[in-house]
Amino acid sequence: MTKIKSLADLRKMKDEVQSQIKLRENSDHPEQVVQVKIGMATCGIASGAKDTMKYFVEELEQQAIDAVVTQTGCMGYCYAEPTVEITLPGKAPVVFGDVNKNKAQEIIDSYVKRGELIDGVIPVTFKTIDD
Amino acid sequence: MKTISEHVLDIIQNSIRAKATLIEVIVEESEKNDFYSLIITDNGCGMGKEVVEKSTDPFFTSRNTRKVGLGLSLLKQNAERANGYFTIQSEENNGTVVKAGFQHSNFDRPPLGEIWDVWYFTVASHNNLKLNYRHSTDKGSYEIRSEEIRELLEGVSLNQKEIRVGILEMFKNNLEEIGTTF
Repeated sequence: MTKIKSLADLRKMKDEVQSQIKLRENSDHPEQVVQVKIGMATCGIASGAKDTMKYFVEELEQQAIDAVVTQTGCMGYCYAEPTVEITLPGKAPVVFGDVNKNKAQEIIDSYVKRGELIDGVIPVTFKTIDD
Repeated sequence: MKTISEHVLDIIQNSIRAKATLIEVIVEESEKNDFYSLIITDNGCGMGKEVVEKSTDPFFTSRNTRKVGLGLSLLKQNAERANGYFTIQSEENNGTVVKAGFQHSNFDRPPLGEIWDVWYFTVASHNNLKLNYRHSTDKGSYEIRSEEIRELLEGVSLNQKEIRVGILEMFKNNLEEIGTTF
C-alpha cells in the first residue's frame, strides 16, 4: 500500500476497505462483544496501562475476537495497576490487577476464550468502574 | 511519567472527568530557541480559585476513591526539573488551560513518546469527544482533528484495524515530515 499522508489518502484507503469492513460488521452480534476497560489514570499510566491497552487491541484483533477496548478512570486500586475490567457477554464484569503483557495474554487465553478465572482477580463490592 | 505523551494521556483524563467535549493539545518545539511547550485546553467544568491553587498539591484530589492526586504535580515537577515552568488557569464553568514549558536541550525534558497512540486510543474510547492535536517545529506544523477524521470515515468505525493502522501511519508520517523530535 502506498504511504498515507494526507486526509485524502486516508479517505481513499477507507473507500478501498469499506466493503470488507461492511461484510465483517454485518456478521457481528452486538451481544457477543467482549468489553475490555483499561484503567487509565495517573497510577495506571505510570505502570504501563497504555502498553496494556495497545496489547489488548492488537491481540484481540489478531485472534479475531469481537471486542471493544476502551479507557476508563481510576478505581482506587492504585497498588494493582494496570487494572483491566473484562465483561464477557451476559456475565458480570471482572477486574484483574497487575495486567502486564504476560498477564494480558493469560487473560485472553483463559478468561476471554474459555471463561476460566485466573489468579489476580480483584474481589470487590464495586458495581462498575465508572464512578 | 516518562514521556510527554503519557502526561497528555493523563491530563486529558482530568478534562474528560470535567465533562469536556473539546480538548486541544498543542506541542510547540523550537530547537533554534531551545524551547519546548505543551498546552492543554479544555472546555470542561473548570475549577474555582481555591481548587486551582491546590491542584498541584500531590495530596489534594477531587476524587474519593483515593487520597492523592499526582497528575498535575508530576507534570509540574518534570517541567521545573527541565528548566521550564508550569501554569494552570481555570474558571468555574469555563474550562481549564494547563501549560508546561521545558528547555528543549535539557537532559530532563521527557521525549514526546507515542502521541499518535494517545490520540487514537482517547478518540476511540470517547465517541462524543473532540480532540485536536497540533504540533509545530522550526520546519512547520501538523494538526489532526478528531471531528475531521470522523466525518471522513462516514460512519466506518475507528476501531476497524485498517482504519487504525491508516490513521496512525498518517499521524506519524506527518510528524516525521516536520522534523519532530521524538
